[in-house]
Amino acid sequence: MVVKGKIKRGEYFDSVTLMIVTKQINGIAGITDAAVVMNTEENRSILDSSGLLLSEFDEAKGSDLLICIKADSDEIAEKAMLQVDEVLDKVRHSISDSEDFLPKSLETALKTMLDANLVLISVAGKYAAREAMKALKRGLHVMIFSDNVSLDDEIKLKKYAREKDLFVMGPDCGTAIINGVPLAFANIVNRGKIGIVAASGTGLQEISSIISNNGAGISQAIGTGGRDVKKGVDGIMFLAALDALKSDKNTEIIVLVSKPPAKEVLKKILGKVEDIHKPVIAIFLGADEKLFDGSKAIPAKTLEEAALIAVSLEQKKDKKSFQEKLQKRHKKVTEIAQKEVKTKNSEQKYVRGLFCGGTLCEESLIIFQYKIGDVYSNMSSKEKFQLKDSLESYRNTVIDTGADEFTVGRPHPMIDYSLRNRRILKEAEDPEVAVILFDVVLGYGSNMNPAEELVPVIKQAMKSAAKAGRDISFVCSITGTDQDPQNKKNVEKKLNEAEVYVMESNAAACELSGKIVEMLSEKFGEKENSHG
Amino acid sequence: MAKNDLFDKDLKVINIGLTSFKDSLEEVNTDVMQVDWKPPAEIEEKTLKIISDNHSYIEKENEKSLKKILSGTPFLVDLDIAIDVIPGMKKNMILHAGPPINWDRMCGPMRGAIIGALIYEGLAKNPEEAEKIAASNEIEYSPCHEHGTVGPMAGIVSPSMPVFVLKNEEYGNHAYCTMNEGLGKVLRYGAFSKEVIEKMRWMESVLYPALKRAVNELGKIDLKNIIAQALHMGDEVHNRNRAATSLFYRQIAPAVIKTNDTDIAVKVLEFINGNDHFFLNLSMPACKVTLDAARNIKGSSVVVAMTRNGTDFGIQLSGTGDQWFVGPAPIPDALFFPGYTKDDANRDIGDSSITETNGLGGFAIAASPAIVQFIGGAAQDALNYTREMYEITAGENNIYQIPSLNFRGTPTGIDVVKVVEKGILPFIDTGVAHKDAGIGQVGAGILSAPMEPFTKALKSLAESLEKK
Repeated sequence: MVVKGKIKRGEYFDSVTLMIVTKQINGIAGITDAAVVMNTEENRSILDSSGLLLSEFDEAKGSDLLICIKADSDEIAEKAMLQVDEVLDKVRHSISDSEDFLPKSLETALKTMLDANLVLISVAGKYAAREAMKALKRGLHVMIFSDNVSLDDEIKLKKYAREKDLFVMGPDCGTAIINGVPLAFANIVNRGKIGIVAASGTGLQEISSIISNNGAGISQAIGTGGRDVKKGVDGIMFLAALDALKSDKNTEIIVLVSKPPAKEVLKKILGKVEDIHKPVIAIFLGADEKLFDGSKAIPAKTLEEAALIAVSLEQKKDKKSFQEKLQKRHKKVTEIAQKEVKTKNSEQKYVRGLFCGGTLCEESLIIFQYKIGDVYSNMSSKEKFQLKDSLESYRNTVIDTGADEFTVGRPHPMIDYSLRNRRILKEAEDPEVAVILFDVVLGYGSNMNPAEELVPVIKQAMKSAAKAGRDISFVCSITGTDQDPQNKKNVEKKLNEAEVYVMESNAAACELSGKIVEMLSEKFGEKENSHG
Repeated sequence: MAKNDLFDKDLKVINIGLTSFKDSLEEVNTDVMQVDWKPPAEIEEKTLKIISDNHSYIEKENEKSLKKILSGTPFLVDLDIAIDVIPGMKKNMILHAGPPINWDRMCGPMRGAIIGALIYEGLAKNPEEAEKIAASNEIEYSPCHEHGTVGPMAGIVSPSMPVFVLKNEEYGNHAYCTMNEGLGKVLRYGAFSKEVIEKMRWMESVLYPALKRAVNELGKIDLKNIIAQALHMGDEVHNRNRAATSLFYRQIAPAVIKTNDTDIAVKVLEFINGNDHFFLNLSMPACKVTLDAARNIKGSSVVVAMTRNGTDFGIQLSGTGDQWFVGPAPIPDALFFPGYTKDDANRDIGDSSITETNGLGGFAIAASPAIVQFIGGAAQDALNYTREMYEITAGENNIYQIPSLNFRGTPTGIDVVKVVEKGILPFIDTGVAHKDAGIGQVGAGILSAPMEPFTKALKSLAESLEKK
């Protein structure tokens, strides 16, 4: 076993490119491990933890590229090094050979695109604020996809933007739909009269997709980044976006989505809602419903419910009209659950929810707590139910695989399924598992072949369970539309063929999973997890 | 544009970061422009803050520097002997390229050139003796740049060498440079063999007086005009001077013939004609005399000197006086002459990057696509190198133009703030010397300046602004 390292001075590549390169190098026979990363603090700690932080990297500077290869022999390592050069060179040239010269800075880009109006920023967090401020100073709206922007910088940017009447969506804003254009991780949805303000990325995706799939449409969907509604930023952009939708002539209905905002922020938001003469539907996942007492805002329990209320209103129906549809589903869910319960043995008691959408995981936690009692998670707000080890499930468990402990140095699980796929196989080995629940998020930016990557893994998991004499129910929802590049209908068909129950929303998938668990505990007489 | 106005417009996006976002936007037929972004150089937050707080002041001062650079008028007005004309020149002084350096740290080619100069001056009989004198305290070393002078490669100027005398007529300052010796074994690459010294003696006794007579006959020669024309003819006047040399030849030839005996005139004109780089030793001081006028403008972050001594790479800013900011000089990425490799190459050397400092050379390489072949590049690469340099300059030249960029002015006036903030380094094309004394040129190529001098310079500028 040999470990070889190399510093390439001043060679900058974005993280996605480097991940692709790393993946290719790791695929070479005889390579045990490889890393091609920019020399940042975070990356150094990742290298360190995988034993790839060589002493020769000590002299590297921030703009240097680090290459480290662990291989069976010198020869293989050398070959891999050459291949890294080759691949990087190709990447470099695919940029420089493009028919025209690419500007190296915002100011130069603006000389060519004189009427630019929005800047989408996804450079490393520590540089993002500076680029954003440059854009704001030139009167441009900004969306910051990058995370790891300091709170101080976020406040400074948003205060400046408020003065100039500009948007700062983010930092850590994964999605937005402006003028019908999906930005970053977003779905292709119908245009319509429903405006969304979201401090939650997958929340926005789920709501906008359900709205579109039910025949209504989106006017604007504005992301703010999750921290906007917390203390410190105090909802600057959430409130500003609400104002913008209030006076937008193409928006007739407004949906607000977020994890529970800070108390004072929520007060301000509900205060503003009082001045809006358009229906405002609010879903603050996990927030106390009492907070809405006396408010004009229409509270929703789930993302789906928020979307369906909005659809009813856009279609000029009573806001309760969607409940008929939900009633029908309750019936269907019960039927499926009855069928699935029959195939389970008395050991199988628990659901394991494996999510790539953070808000979807949050939503499952809330639905399950209501339906089946105690649920453990890596993102539980209650310490008692916080998993000791995110890698080990316990009883009923839901996991956000997009949480920091899984994603540092890796692509997000919406793109790269490998981590969750391994977890699916692991859960299938557990004799106590009855249901495996998961989400599939479509749209630009996400994995382009979700069914092709999931189906073989699910089949394998089913096979290994069957070998042990068990049957596990697989339940999922697909966040997305038929217009998305992955095409929801196609993905659904392939998953159905693999005997996965594909439900029309995350709430529905949680409902089914919860129902199975509930009925199992009734059948086998254990109520240990229910509310005391 | 107010938030609600955005809702009525077609979205036009500038994407800084992940290219996949650009691809997705293109798929939904949205106008998007990708920025090929690089992280800024590593530098203290404090420095960046002072610089950004003083942004408009710096810009204003830079405009002044740029104006002086653009309005400079370099003329060749005379030839003379170094000791008689270069300010601060002493009998025991040797000028060298780059930032200050002592004998101990000098590279092979610079030492070789000094040995040659001491033999040429008659101060030493042989290389051994010369080396001893050179290492003693008898000789005082000083950067050319501190004496209004520039020299290619080792840039050695000793007291009795003849030099071109240039004048910036607009501002009245002067600059000096030796005459170019041609290719092959030459002093500037550190060669000091007998034929090298003999050629220099011929230049002193025949070429110098003949050219002096000719220049005096003409009165003055407009170098800005020659450079501007040469850019339209495929030169960038650093690594390619074929057109400029020809243009100079056309101007000087009648005067050489008129003021000299025929056999001398023939030899002088043959010498100029036989050396495509003859004009380099005029383009360099033309840039020097232009940039020197832009010195000492307080607060200006424009680079007025960028140069290498084969060991260190150094720069000076308009706003920080005579202070040098240095870092190790890199080894150029080059095409090597047969029999030589990168292992033979010396670190980057010479004052010739004064051309880049004035928006020529590597900055104007789009005018001279032949040069990129040195590193196996395509013509498109030449255009892109120049276009990238617009990112880091205070402005564009009003006279020097690039035909293939629609006669856009060359990127002029390197702004150290932009260099550091954008992480984009000045691009230089250059000759490569053998690392050992006495061998000479082994190749030609390109390189990017190192970041260190620029971050140091910015820090110092910030400190001076803080005191303000």
